Order: sequence, then C-alpha cells, then structure tokens
Amino acid sequence: MAEGAPLSTADLERALRAHAEKPLVRLVFCGSVDDGKSTLIGRLLHESKMLPDDQFVALEADSAAFGTRGGELDFALVTDGLAAEREQGITIDVAYRRFSTAAATFILADAPGHEQYTRNMVTGASTADLAVVLVDARKGVLTQTRRHTYLLSLLGVRRIMLAVNKMDLVAYSKERFDRIEREYREFCARVDLADVACVPISAVYGDNVVARSAAMPWYDGPTVVASLDAMPAADASREQPLRLPVQRIIRPNQDFRGLAGLIVAGAVRVGDAVAVAPSLRQSRVAGLLVGGGAVEAAVAGQSVTLTLADDIDVARGDVIADPSAPPPAADQFQATVIWMHDRPLLPGRSYLLKLGAQSVTATVAPLKYKVNVNTLEQTAARQLELNEIGVCDLELNRPVVFEPYSVSRDLGGFILLDRLTNDTVGAGLLHFALRRSQNVAWQRFDVDKRARAAIKGQKPCVVWFTGLSGAGKSTIANLVETRLHALGCHTYVLDGDNVRHGLNKDLGFTEADRVENIRRVAELSRLLVDAGLIVLVAFISPFRAERRMARELVESGEFVEVFVDAPLSVAEARDPKGLYRKARAGALKNFTGIDSPYERPEQAELHIDTTQVTPTAAAEVILERLRAAGVIDK
Amino acid sequence: MNRVRVSRPLMTHFHTEAADRSYAPPGRSTSLERLEAESIHIIREVAAEARRPVMLYSMGKDSSVLLHLARKAFFPANIPFPLLHVDTTWKFREMIRFRDDIAARYGLDLLVHTNHAGLQQGINPFEHGPTVYTDVMKTQALKQALDAHGFDAAFGGARRDEEKSRAKERVVSVRSAQHRWDPRRQRPELWRLYNARTAPGETVRAFPLSSWTELDVWLYIHLEGIPVVPLYFAQPRPVVRRGSGWILVDDERLPLAPGEVPQTRSVRFRTLGCYPLTAGIDSDADTLPALLAEMLTIRTSERQGRLIDHDRPSAMEEKKRDGYF
Repeated sequence: MAEGAPLSTADLERALRAHAEKPLVRLVFCGSVDDGKSTLIGRLLHESKMLPDDQFVALEADSAAFGTRGGELDFALVTDGLAAEREQGITIDVAYRRFSTAAATFILADAPGHEQYTRNMVTGASTADLAVVLVDARKGVLTQTRRHTYLLSLLGVRRIMLAVNKMDLVAYSKERFDRIEREYREFCARVDLADVACVPISAVYGDNVVARSAAMPWYDGPTVVASLDAMPAADASREQPLRLPVQRIIRPNQDFRGLAGLIVAGAVRVGDAVAVAPSLRQSRVAGLLVGGGAVEAAVAGQSVTLTLADDIDVARGDVIADPSAPPPAADQFQATVIWMHDRPLLPGRSYLLKLGAQSVTATVAPLKYKVNVNTLEQTAARQLELNEIGVCDLELNRPVVFEPYSVSRDLGGFILLDRLTNDTVGAGLLHFALRRSQNVAWQRFDVDKRARAAIKGQKPCVVWFTGLSGAGKSTIANLVETRLHALGCHTYVLDGDNVRHGLNKDLGFTEADRVENIRRVAELSRLLVDAGLIVLVAFISPFRAERRMARELVESGEFVEVFVDAPLSVAEARDPKGLYRKARAGALKNFTGIDSPYERPEQAELHIDTTQVTPTAAAEVILERLRAAGVIDK
Repeated sequence: MNRVRVSRPLMTHFHTEAADRSYAPPGRSTSLERLEAESIHIIREVAAEARRPVMLYSMGKDSSVLLHLARKAFFPANIPFPLLHVDTTWKFREMIRFRDDIAARYGLDLLVHTNHAGLQQGINPFEHGPTVYTDVMKTQALKQALDAHGFDAAFGGARRDEEKSRAKERVVSVRSAQHRWDPRRQRPELWRLYNARTAPGETVRAFPLSSWTELDVWLYIHLEGIPVVPLYFAQPRPVVRRGSGWILVDDERLPLAPGEVPQTRSVRFRTLGCYPLTAGIDSDADTLPALLAEMLTIRTSERQGRLIDHDRPSAMEEKKRDGYF
C-alpha cells in the first residue's frame, strides 16, 4: 500500500479483512546478536512496517549514543529495551514483538542467546509454534546452536528454520552452506527434529529475507518470509479428544451454572456427552457460550462457558473431556525440571505446582540426573542451580489431571512456585505417572492413632525446637522430657546429633542435605505421633520451608514450634561443642549462622529468649502450653 | 473517594451492534479471535488467583476493549470486581461524560479516586511540569487507591507494542509493597500458566492486552461495535499549538500566551490522557472506517502524542519502576 495514498472503501474493506483473517503464529528467535539476530529482526519489523517513524528516529539517536555498531543503525537497541540492559550491554529478558507477512500475523519471542539464559529460551519456546535458529556462515553450527536446538526439541517446537546468515562474508559459497546444512540436519535427527528448513541469507543486504538473492542462484528454496508463510499455524490440536480445563464456575443465579475455560484440545458441540476428570462423572452439554453469544459448537483455542444437563459436582481445576478418551489422574510422576531461580532446587523441599488450573503441593524426590545442555550428557546431581535441567520424580499431595507433555503442553507443562515468596522458580514437563502411585495403597489398620493415644491417656503431638547451634534446644528438650516422663507421659526425643549417627548418617551439611535431613525427621515425627507419642524434636532446622512441611505432615493443633532464640554472638560465646571455633577457622563448611543461613520463625507458637529465661523456666513455659493445648491434663 | 454505584441489574442479554464475523474461514482461528480468547483466559485466571482484584478504567480505547472482554469473560454474570478510575481532575470533559454513561449503561461498580492532598497543594501540569504532576496526581493517586482498598491485582490495558520497554513486560507483573517494578524480580511466564499469587503486601498488575497492537484494538472495536470516546474522531475543535502537536482548549484553566488565540482545526486524538498533556493530530478521520484507513497508512507510534514519555530518555521505564502503570 502506497504511503499516504487515499484508500477507497473497497480497498479499506479488503485491507481490514486481510488483517483480520490472518492466522496468529508464535515464533521464537534463537541466536546471539553476533549472528546478526537483531539485524534480521529489525529488518522483518521494518519490512512489515511495525517499526514506526518516531521509534526509527529514536533508534538513530540511540545508535549514536549507545550503539555497538560504530554509529550504524543498531537494531539491538530496538529489542534490548531496558535502560538497565543497555547500560550493562546485556539482555535480561525475552522481548515480544509483532509483525505480519502477507499470509500470517506473528508474535515473535526474542530470547537472548547466552548459556546463562536457558531460562529465557525455554520461556520463549514454551508457546512457540515454530523457531528460527540463526547461525553465522563463517562459524557454522556452534555449541550454542546445538543448545538452542536441544531446548526447542525438549519444549516440543517441531518446526525449525535454520537461517545461515552473513553469506556475503563467505562469498555466497554453496559448499559452505551445504556443509552447515548437513551438520545441522544430523544434529536435529539426534534430538528427534525432522521438520527443518535451511535458508542461506544476508540480513544486512536483505538476500533471501523477503526477496530472492541474485548472488545465490544455486539456492532454489524459499526466502525467510516465504518459508515462515509456508509453515501452517499448528491447529492439529483440534483433531484430538476434547480437553477443557475449568477456570471458574460462573453462577449468576440459581438457574445458571456455567463452566468457564479455554478449550486446549478438541471440539465440543451442544448435546455432546462429556466426562469431568478426575471424577469421570458424565453428563451432556446443555449450552455453549462464546463471549456473550450462544453457539452450537466450539473448538480448541476458544474461551467458552459451558452448561451441563445434570447437576454434577465440578470445581476449578477439573477438566471437561471426551468420555471415550478421558485424561488420567495421578499423584506421582517422572518429569523434566528446568530451574529458573537463584536459590537452587532442593530435593525434599515442597513447592507449589501449577498445571492448567490446578494448584497442588509437590515434593521433589532425589534427582535421577541433570542434563548438560551443551553436550546432552547426563550427570549425577544433588540439586539444580539456575538454568540447569534435570529429571526427577515428583510426589503431589493430591492427584492432578494430566497428559504427557509430548501429547499436551497445556496438561503436561507445569510451573513450580516457592511457597513463601510465591515466585515462579521452575518449570517442568510431565513424562509419565509412576506405576507405584497406583500400586502402593494405604493399608488401613483397626488400631489407629486415637486408640494408641487413648491407652496412654495423652494427646500426641510434635514439639519442634528450632534455633542456632548452642542456643539450648537439646538442653530444654531434655528438661521437658524429664518433666513429662515424671508425669507418666509417653515421649521420644529426636536430637539432631543423635539422628545423624544413624538414620541420617549418609547426609552432610549442604543445603540439599539439610533439606533431606529435615524431611526424614519430619516423616519420622509423623510416624511417632501416629504411634500416640509426644515427640520432642531438637534440630537447628534452619529453613522455614522445611519447618512448614513438618507442620503440615501432622494434623492442625499437633505441632508446637518453639523458637529457642539466642543471638549468634551469645551462641558463639557458649560454643559447647567447639563447633563455632572450627567454623570460624574454616575447618567446618556450611555452618548455620556462619556461612549458611538461619531463617527465623515468623509464627512460632513459643518464642524463648534464652538471654532472659533459664532452661528450667523455659521448660515450665512449654509444659504450660501443652496443658493449655490439652496435650497433657496433669 | 467517590463510589459511583449504579444499580446492578443482572445481565441477561448482551448488547453489541457487532459487525458480521462470518469472515472467519472454517478450520482455523483468525488472529483477532485468538487474541480475544487468550485475553479472556488471562482475565479469568488472574481473577481466580487474586484475593481482591480491580480493573483500572481510563476510558481510553484499550480500557474500552478490556472492559468489553471482562464482560464477555464472566457473562452472564456481572464482572466480579470493581473498576477504578484515577481522576487527576485534568481529564478531557468528554471522557468524564463517557465514563458516567458507560457505568450507568452496564451497571458497573465504579470507584473514582483523586489525590486530594495533591489537589490541595495545587499540583498542576503547568507550574510543576509533567513529571511531578504525573507522579503526584497519577502514580501516587493510584498507589493510594490500591492501598486503601487492599487490592492485590490490578488489570490494565497496556500493550507491548506501545513503547520499547513494554516489549519485555510480563502479562502478570509483580510490584513490591512500595509498588515498585524490579525487572530482575519478574516471573518467567510459560505456556498459558500465569502466576498472580503474591506475598503479603505485594501486588500484581495484569495486562490481558499485552499481545495486541494498536491496529488490532481498533479493528476489534470496529468488529464488535464497542463504544469509544468521540475525541478519537476528527472534529473541528478549539486548539493551540504546543510543540509539534495541537492541545485542546478544553476549559479556561489552560494558560494562553499573551495574544494567543485558540484556532479551530479538525483534529483527533490517538491516545487520551490529561488534556494539557495530550496532543492531537490534524486529521479528517471522522468515522471509524476513516480512522482505520488512516491507521493503515500512519507511520508514527501512538505514544508520540504523550508529552510525559519524552521528557527524559528511558522515561517510561523509570516511571514504571516508580509504580506508573
């Protein structure tokens, strides 16, 4: 369309229809600035007139001020949008941009290329229908190229375009291009990618970007734009069985109960039989709304509100499904986890897991291995650091409706949240449910906790002492147990040092081992409470997350957290075991308070300030609390 | 704070003079249909996870689309959260009229908040400059209103194509208890999973229109028959020249230079904000089709008319860090 030319009504109507009818395609762009990525993106935006004049003028000014291209237009400045990034010359984040070709509208995710940005690559690839991988013709397929391609394969991006850039700098050599193409296709075959197009280009001069290149007559394939246009929007999900995760129950009055959500697979029609997973109760579709209007049918990709013919129980998180092929539910899985936070993933710690509209608590079992994203080698690992990828089992506190990630991104992709900060700390791909989750059932016994406690004339509970080494936890726990014993109560003390001589002698003092240490003790406490005992646990237990996990393993009212508080200087001055001295001398690593953190309790039932209260007085306070809670009545 | 509460009749039918949507070829969704479905998904998801959500309502075209989508998301029930307008007292008069009309027409639970302390100090865009004025009457006012009601999630109509620092904004953007935006604390967003959970004191801003462009917004308004403020359409209006744009003489508070006389020109506004800070452009586009025709040939970005974006490099990013929407 000529700039500024007046439009006739017919032209306008045609232009609007053309824009409105284009499919929406999500595209992830992989490569580094050095490969000419920004130049290619800038050119695509510019060609599709998505770079307005005033942003272009700003670009000229910015290129002079911050550019790394010696005053030439530096398209990286369009994509590297944050001042913080420009000052540091790095890209922190995925940028999303829109552009259009004649055939489609694209949402382009521009993910920074370097190794430390696996997190961003994965984020950009998670929604992508297709990917453009960029290489420099002079350098060929690099470690980085293989890393990106592996991640694309992992995240299920099945269509790839390899753009071999800077062909002008290798004299438009066909041999060079053929060699790169061959090497790249070999690697793609290793990671199970078959749908690959390779295009030789020069982004700076525009060869084979929009127009065919006269300099490369030997290439008879499509240009970048033609190749993007030829890739159909992935709408194969419509052919699959119906999946509608319910986001919300819409209930304006007694007569209307709508199940609202986005159809992630399949199609649905008024009158269809449907099943509600996980209950698998069945009904028929009585009505369908899209937006404000009633429709007869809806397909994958549409947000709908659906009513059922029967009044069956449905809640947020349930999945409306094809009754002949409903999705399974399970509470133990094997999964690949991509870690995205500075604080490492620790097996044994519990996280919040969000999958579809379902939120559950998940505990990560010890890692099976982690994957070196550069070599694809599998190595043993105790924990996952930022940008690392590992495979592990997950145990959930209740079953979720799922499908393998290879079948469904929507029912197989999940995020993990830190339970205290609610930050998104990791992402994962479900592979399969573990058989043992079906095979290991709870065995019910006739004598239960209540019966065991009743014979002892007490109410079982956990008294959990936490605090720095040398704060006085064991001393106070000992006094409390002596008093309880004298009163005829049945008790047991779990002491940090003692347990490490047996049950936990395989564990050290790294953060991961500390988490596992507490997980085992928490589980043991739960068993002892089930046995009807009053359990006194004296562990440093430095992390809030594990103390919370221990609390949640027993019933509410059965957990009394006692914060034995001594300032570090006081505990260090006491140093009953000489450990602080060793830690200060560097002979003891990961010592709480010195080079390993202690997270103070925020909501302990009792706070004992040991600089003010003697151990005997502290024991009295705890006994008083147990009487008040009805644990003991003596 | 005023609460404009109009009786809320149950929405049993949905009025739009929607254009014919039979243009959609069978078998695949058009880009607008997909954007609409995804925005509704986001609105429902954030509304489900937040304890106390609110929707920012500024009467602009993006707000109008957002409101339309929210009504669709919960139909036939009413929108399950209130709307909030931060009134600087310097909005175009036509915007205020439009706001009250829409609130009455749709039975909306609309909150209006003004920073009265700022008003009493006489903060205005002329003597204090756009930066101070925007901070006190918009950013601070917004924080006051969010804090006063304990809102933990606020929907806004921002789009990634508006300005380059927005291209990296999340759909769900976390703000500290002081409402500050820290680029390093933003959460990765994968698949269709949005995390609107917050720690105590924190809030999120949610942008369901993130992936839309200005052209999408107008096309959708056209196809759905969504009402918009008439200021978007060209009309002869009394204006004065300020920089490269035209400022509407909306009331007697606009200071005129000695001897300056407002002239009548056919102008329209691509974005709407406070009238002394929002420049109009010369245009004859007096209908929606004419406006769309102009959109298809226009070569500048819409925020160019916003004087507050240009007072410093990275102006938008700094304002966002401080809690501007």
